Amino acid sequence: MPLAKRIIPCLDVDNGRVVKGVQFVDIRDAGDPVEVARRYNEQGADEITFLDITASHEGRDTTLHTVERMASEVFIPLTVGGGVRELEDIRRLLNAGADKVAINTAAIFNPKFVREAAERFGSQCIVVAIDAKQVSAPSYAHANDQLGSGGRWEIFTHGGRKPTGLDAVEWAVKMVGYGAGEILLTSMDQDGVKQGFDLALTHRVCAAVNVPVIASGGVGSLQHLADGVSVGGADAVLAASIFHFGEYTVAQAKQYMAERGIEMRLL
Amino acid sequence: MTTAVDVAVIDYGMGNLHSVAKALQRVAPKANVWVGDDPAIIRRANRVVYPGVGAIRDCMGEVRRRGLDEVIVEVARSKPLLGICVGMQGLMHHSSENNGIDCLDVFPDEVVFFGDAFAKESCLSSAEQRLKVPHMGWNTVQQCHSHPLWKGIKNNARFYFVHSYFVNAKSCLSTVGITQYGLDIAAAIARDNIFAVQFHPEKSHRDGLQLLDNFMQWDGNYSC
Repeated sequence: MPLAKRIIPCLDVDNGRVVKGVQFVDIRDAGDPVEVARRYNEQGADEITFLDITASHEGRDTTLHTVERMASEVFIPLTVGGGVRELEDIRRLLNAGADKVAINTAAIFNPKFVREAAERFGSQCIVVAIDAKQVSAPSYAHANDQLGSGGRWEIFTHGGRKPTGLDAVEWAVKMVGYGAGEILLTSMDQDGVKQGFDLALTHRVCAAVNVPVIASGGVGSLQHLADGVSVGGADAVLAASIFHFGEYTVAQAKQYMAERGIEMRLL
Repeated sequence: MTTAVDVAVIDYGMGNLHSVAKALQRVAPKANVWVGDDPAIIRRANRVVYPGVGAIRDCMGEVRRRGLDEVIVEVARSKPLLGICVGMQGLMHHSSENNGIDCLDVFPDEVVFFGDAFAKESCLSSAEQRLKVPHMGWNTVQQCHSHPLWKGIKNNARFYFVHSYFVNAKSCLSTVGITQYGLDIAAAIARDNIFAVQFHPEKSHRDGLQLLDNFMQWDGNYSC
């Protein structure tokens, strides 16, 4: 199948700066978002995801300007998430140059918002972001079984502090039914700890929905990226720190995956 | 009225035209890139881009409400016209999206849903029938006919797609680019002064910008 798997560098942006935390705390500065996006674009990134983690209103305006600047320089798809609560937020982001918006918390408190957004702007630009934690472990039958069976993952909000009682796999199915065109799936257990994606969770969600799934949270090596696709079944893999701090370029990651038989867009 | 704009990007109130305009400005820094819905300016423009994002019912509804349908059909007979994504679909005869919508009928073809097409096609493997919809991401485009807009772009180069409806490459006589996604889909069609693509050149990195550059330099001549 010629459709390529995607590598998506993720920029967590706070007040106009790229930052990267470990499990949503311990933040490090990683540069100007437009500069960072331009670098990834040159390296062959397939998309850029921009997560606005700014709390203040002034910060939100900064975000719109940053998205505008980014869209003037980087001619690949751009997904923007963080604080998307109303149709007006989506309209503003799309007008500023975003191609897709990621909805997270607002979907949990008001699932119909996803349906309204998909009807108004089209499913192709509505990404539902899911932050999940494992609440019971899958059972692994063999030593090299990376997926196991059973297990349960629950959705958490507020940076992983508040459980919602929602089952992550069931939630993904429901959101696709409401019009989500893509799922951005983050394992909060793995996020920032560089031990690889939660492959069992990724596999479970990929098997349950018929829209593209982006695996996120935990990439520490190129092998992890490849596993997300080959074992987890993800359509795209998202990573931040391995690219931000110069451990690997996107081009190296793509080359590595292509050598392992994964269909990639190589420049 | 002042001089004609170099390129008019038709704005009918749907989706993000910013990136199309920015990409055109990038490849043609001196060009007067205009975005709007004034039929008089579109008629006088040297070349026209008909973009599109979203559902076809809303797109066609807005195109007709703003009186742009006649202008687009007129432009399609007279000057270089580039249709993008839903803009390409809008040039077709009819789309099955939203329970069936009549389009501008510049091309006689049908726009159909991947899910329906996969279900109907008995020769597909079960893996192909389970392909995800929307078709989203970077896919290869086979240049099955030469065209001035392919200049400098390698055969089977990858472009960015995001769509759930498509035109069948085999039944469409104007196909100049084919992409395989379970079935052969018309990634690019061309006739006379019209070129239209299912993918997003404005989001397709170097090759996408090359195609837009080619469009900005195209005299509108093509004979297959």
